[in-house]
Amino acid sequence: MEPNIVIEARDLTKNYNGRPAVDHLTFRIREGEIFGFLGPNGAGKTTTLLMMLGLTEPSGGTVRVLGMDPAREPIRVKREIGYLQENMGFYRDLTGRQSLQFIADLNGITGDEADKRIEEALEEVGLTAEAEKKVGAYSRGMRQRLGFAEILVKAPKIAFLDEPTLGLDPEATGRMMDLIRDLCTRRNMTVMLSSHLLHQAQRICHRLGIMIHGRMVAEGTMEKLAAEKLGVGQEQYSLEEIYMKYFKES
Amino acid sequence: MSGFRAILKKELADHFSSYRFLILFALIAMVSLITAYMVGINVSRELEGTARPKFIFLLLFTASGVGFSLVQFVAFFGPLIGLILGFDTINRERNEGTLSKLLSQPIYRDAVINAKFTAGVIVIALILVSIVLVISAFGLMILGVVPGVEEVLRIFIYLVISIIYVSLWLGVAILFSILFRSVSTSALAALSIWIFFTFFISIGAGAVAGALVPDAGKNNPEALIKSVQIQNAITLASPIELYNDSTATIIDPMRRTTRKLLQMGALEQLSMARFSGPLPLGQSVLIVWPYMVFLIAITVICFAISYTVFMRQEIRSL
Repeated sequence: MEPNIVIEARDLTKNYNGRPAVDHLTFRIREGEIFGFLGPNGAGKTTTLLMMLGLTEPSGGTVRVLGMDPAREPIRVKREIGYLQENMGFYRDLTGRQSLQFIADLNGITGDEADKRIEEALEEVGLTAEAEKKVGAYSRGMRQRLGFAEILVKAPKIAFLDEPTLGLDPEATGRMMDLIRDLCTRRNMTVMLSSHLLHQAQRICHRLGIMIHGRMVAEGTMEKLAAEKLGVGQEQYSLEEIYMKYFKES
Repeated sequence: MSGFRAILKKELADHFSSYRFLILFALIAMVSLITAYMVGINVSRELEGTARPKFIFLLLFTASGVGFSLVQFVAFFGPLIGLILGFDTINRERNEGTLSKLLSQPIYRDAVINAKFTAGVIVIALILVSIVLVISAFGLMILGVVPGVEEVLRIFIYLVISIIYVSLWLGVAILFSILFRSVSTSALAALSIWIFFTFFISIGAGAVAGALVPDAGKNNPEALIKSVQIQNAITLASPIELYNDSTATIIDPMRRTTRKLLQMGALEQLSMARFSGPLPLGQSVLIVWPYMVFLIAITVICFAISYTVFMRQEIRSL
């Protein structure tokens, strides 16, 4: 494995009831990059993320996260990955600060170090003023930011963000995406971001992968994907166009 | 281990701050206070002017106050404590999406279920210990009797059996919360199990015995014995029966058998009355030992099933 490759999947496959949800997936992710993981619902994105977390066992192929096999060493892998799940749940009776404290406890972060990280994370996602409110009273946008703060408290090397802007209004979506880009760049966190918002993904991702029916149909930078699908020399292009072309072909 | 401790801490905090716990505790405190008071009054009135019998302190637990004794109350209501504390343990987290969040943290999966079960057992122990303490305090105040060493030991064993017994129901409730996605389904399933063992098993046992030995009656002692034996065997499958029999023997030194005696004639009654001294503690324990082992075994089996099912569940379905 090259030194700056943090995730490497080779022929990764997962079958549910005999049908492949993820079909011979091969890709690599470099340190510090924001990788946009695109595709329609049911394409197998979440399943792929779960396999990399060691929460689901692959039916075939291999995946290495920081050189470790998630199926064999789930605890060590999970220590290095922050996972923001789609439709994430919260304990409604805890305050924002208590939620973060619980995450710190689960990760064995204690004492002053935990307090410092929690304070920082609250500050960074802009929830300091609401820290003592119960999560049940949070708005959708605040919850999403709290979920991101949970990752910041954990301070992992890799973050999996599964639809982090689901159900947010356009303005909040833009702010959330900016937040993700700024904080992950500052902390040199590698990010795998799955999203349906192509315009936003185009804005913040370094590289993109398009997954349809369990297969990665395209992977690379915006420019590369555009050149492949739309022909060279096209000045104006959007991810939307490229994505729809792939989608129709498959 | 940090995962286990973190979840345990949070679960305990959740229990103690929940309305469910407060209501449960208020209800139990009320019932035990009233029972203790009534029993105390009754016992002291009965004993007025007579010589004090042995083990008067234990009477507080076995004599009935307002229609039932404390031991009966725990036997009947204890399962509900376990069920109420456990019926939504896993499926609530699953429905709210917090379970997969928990599991994506660097903890072992069994830490979740172990910590939740342990937290429940701690809460149960606290509730039961406080009931017994309330009763004892009342006893000291009203009766003015200090319990002897053996009495304290008997109460202690009674407490241990009770905690295991209620934990058994907690285990049943947790199992249902793993098997059923919907919180209300698991609550209903748990309740129906409890109702089945509380009410229907004795009715069922009577019916089965009646069908197998139709000619049981005073004139046919052999058939009668057979019929009672069948009924006893069937009801022994119920943890409620096991608990009732074992605690009754532990808390009442005058009982020499776990089963109700089928006394048929004056002669038998006379021969029983000849041995009317109390049993030493060791003998009481000896009688209920198999019952205790059985209770512990059911609890362990129940937890083991929950554990295996939970560990094998596919995460996508969580």
